Amino acid sequence: MRLSHAFPLAGIAALIPLSASAETITVATVNNGDMVIMQSLTDKFEQAHPDIDLEWIVLEENVLRQRMTVDIATDGGQFDVMTIGAYEAPIWAERGWLTAFDDLPAEYKVDDLLEPIRKGLSHDGTLYALPFYGESSMMYYRKDLFEKHGIEMAEQPTWEQVREWAGKLHDPANDVYGICLRGKPGWGENMAFVSTLVNTFGGRWFDMDWQPKIDSPAWQKAVNFYVDLLNDYGPPGASSNGYNENQVLFSTGKCGMWVDATVAAGKLFDPSQSQVADVLGFAPAPVAVTPKGANWLWTWALAVPSSSDSKEAAKTFVSWATSQEYIELVGETKGWTSVPPGTRQSTYDDPRYQNAAPFADFVLKAIKTADPTDSTLKPSPYVGVQLVGIPEFQAIGTQVGQMIAAALTGQMTVEQALQRAQTSTERTMRQAGYYD
Amino acid sequence: MTMLASKRLWLAVLAWGITLVMFFPIFWMFLTGFKTEAAAVATPSLFFSPTLESYMAVLERTDYLKFAINSVIMAFGSTALALLIAVPCAYSMAFLPTPRTKGTLLWMLSTKMLPPVGVLMPIYLIFRDTGLLDSQLGLVIVYTLMNLPIVVWMLYTFFKDLPKDILEAGRMDGAGTSQEIIYLLLPLTLPGIASTGLLAIILSWNEAFWSLNLTSYDAAPLTAFIASFSSPEGLFWAKLSAASTMAIAPILVFGWLSQKQLVRGLTFGAVK
Repeated sequence: MRLSHAFPLAGIAALIPLSASAETITVATVNNGDMVIMQSLTDKFEQAHPDIDLEWIVLEENVLRQRMTVDIATDGGQFDVMTIGAYEAPIWAERGWLTAFDDLPAEYKVDDLLEPIRKGLSHDGTLYALPFYGESSMMYYRKDLFEKHGIEMAEQPTWEQVREWAGKLHDPANDVYGICLRGKPGWGENMAFVSTLVNTFGGRWFDMDWQPKIDSPAWQKAVNFYVDLLNDYGPPGASSNGYNENQVLFSTGKCGMWVDATVAAGKLFDPSQSQVADVLGFAPAPVAVTPKGANWLWTWALAVPSSSDSKEAAKTFVSWATSQEYIELVGETKGWTSVPPGTRQSTYDDPRYQNAAPFADFVLKAIKTADPTDSTLKPSPYVGVQLVGIPEFQAIGTQVGQMIAAALTGQMTVEQALQRAQTSTERTMRQAGYYD
Repeated sequence: MTMLASKRLWLAVLAWGITLVMFFPIFWMFLTGFKTEAAAVATPSLFFSPTLESYMAVLERTDYLKFAINSVIMAFGSTALALLIAVPCAYSMAFLPTPRTKGTLLWMLSTKMLPPVGVLMPIYLIFRDTGLLDSQLGLVIVYTLMNLPIVVWMLYTFFKDLPKDILEAGRMDGAGTSQEIIYLLLPLTLPGIASTGLLAIILSWNEAFWSLNLTSYDAAPLTAFIASFSSPEGLFWAKLSAASTMAIAPILVFGWLSQKQLVRGLTFGAVK
């Protein structure tokens, strides 16, 4: 009788040290396909590292950014692993908010990480976040419509050609619009695209003295071109279209062309998600005056905040989730089109990925040609292709984005919009202490 | 007679029309939850082969029950606490007013006019230092304080409608203040208190700013659950709809079961 009582007790006693020794780390991440896959592979990580338990917090990008910024700025310590973008990594690293990845083991193969991506996540030559996936921008087009109108896609299309083609493809009576582009205001929405357009038209956000150059002729030309193109050949209500809305429009056959993130390729190429999978064509992002900065560079990376109590366990997880081994695991279990793209050369050298993703070379080339340190024709003091790597940029980008959206809807002229954008940016920069 | 009949008919048509317009988004969300992701973004259609795949995916990815329990604890806990504070407060304002009562009431309401994000940082720091971050107690306190002005206002209006003579009669019979509240005031204004409580529960249930900012894992309620399915890059509309349906289902059922009290409370005193 006594023994039968003692056994379960012994069992419980044996379990206690085990569960007590497992360290729990909290991972904050965004809700997109690649991150959802990472979450679903939790078990695999926990099997390989029985001493670490994972807790997930998944939030929408803007909510997550706000949540993490508050926590990291107040040293709240709520998260052990944070999903941050290429924008935050250097800024947060400079403020000492992130833990450095300066002791990565040799088997992590840090040199395998694509150089532009690695550079973007470093501060003073040290990595402060490891890339989970990377993207650039490129052009998608409907091969069937191009054939029908006798248009041949150029190896490197120009924006002038794109305008001409959009005019031919535009057929609103049949619900097909020449071109779809982002119009929804926001620094990560319309301004991501508009900044690359301005770059290739020869413009820049700031000169070397941090004076805004938004009222310059290059901006005037680029934004006029953008507004005219969308008003003449874009879908109705383009000013409320972001990435998601355009993905729906393009995948349901309503756009002749679309210039946006390379990450859309996998989705558009998948027949279960796209009605245009079999007629999908790819091309590099169009250029105008210069190829510099014509395609953007963005990375979602995993970082460990300095406020974390479990830095070592968190680093172990981050190294695992961004390793070549993890990419293999996703390829084997979820299919090779689902592997997180744009981080490692080895992914692109893998024939299994090459076979599954015919767009792989385009994406690799787009990422490799994007140089955040040299993305404007005239010299600029900032790092970033479609963004300016300073803390003030979120506010500036969103404000300017709203003015450009207003110009798109005809609430003001392009000249007025850019003039106001220039004035408000100057004010913000002065208040931030860049000059008197 | 015929004029009256046709007027009533028009009113009925109008009421139904408005109801349908209000209900349509919820109906559409409910339907979308049973579609595949591809069907969810295709040309809208009422006819499709329903699938549970989004619900399965949602349940597989998240611990729905944990979020739901947190929501229930926070919504009901904060409402109970708010009522506990607000009943004596509204009693004194309604039956023992001072020259400053009106001003106090307005001042209380004015606190609702401050955008919450304005005080996010100080509250976050206080929560961090008191260990209330990501705790149910922390959110119960925040929700209580958030709803208190509205609860006091509503109770004050209900209490004011009660004839003072009834309470006076009680006092003549020797009832003390607490007996007056418990045996006379509460039973007589129960529909009003119930509808106030319901409103506070719904407001706490739907609150998404504080719950997203002050919780992370342990105390995250259903609003955080829905937010985890919203995404600017990638389409998860069917899953988002399924998650939203699951998030509003408990409060919808609760509201439906208690609609009698709600309507009685809202029309309470209207006949007087």
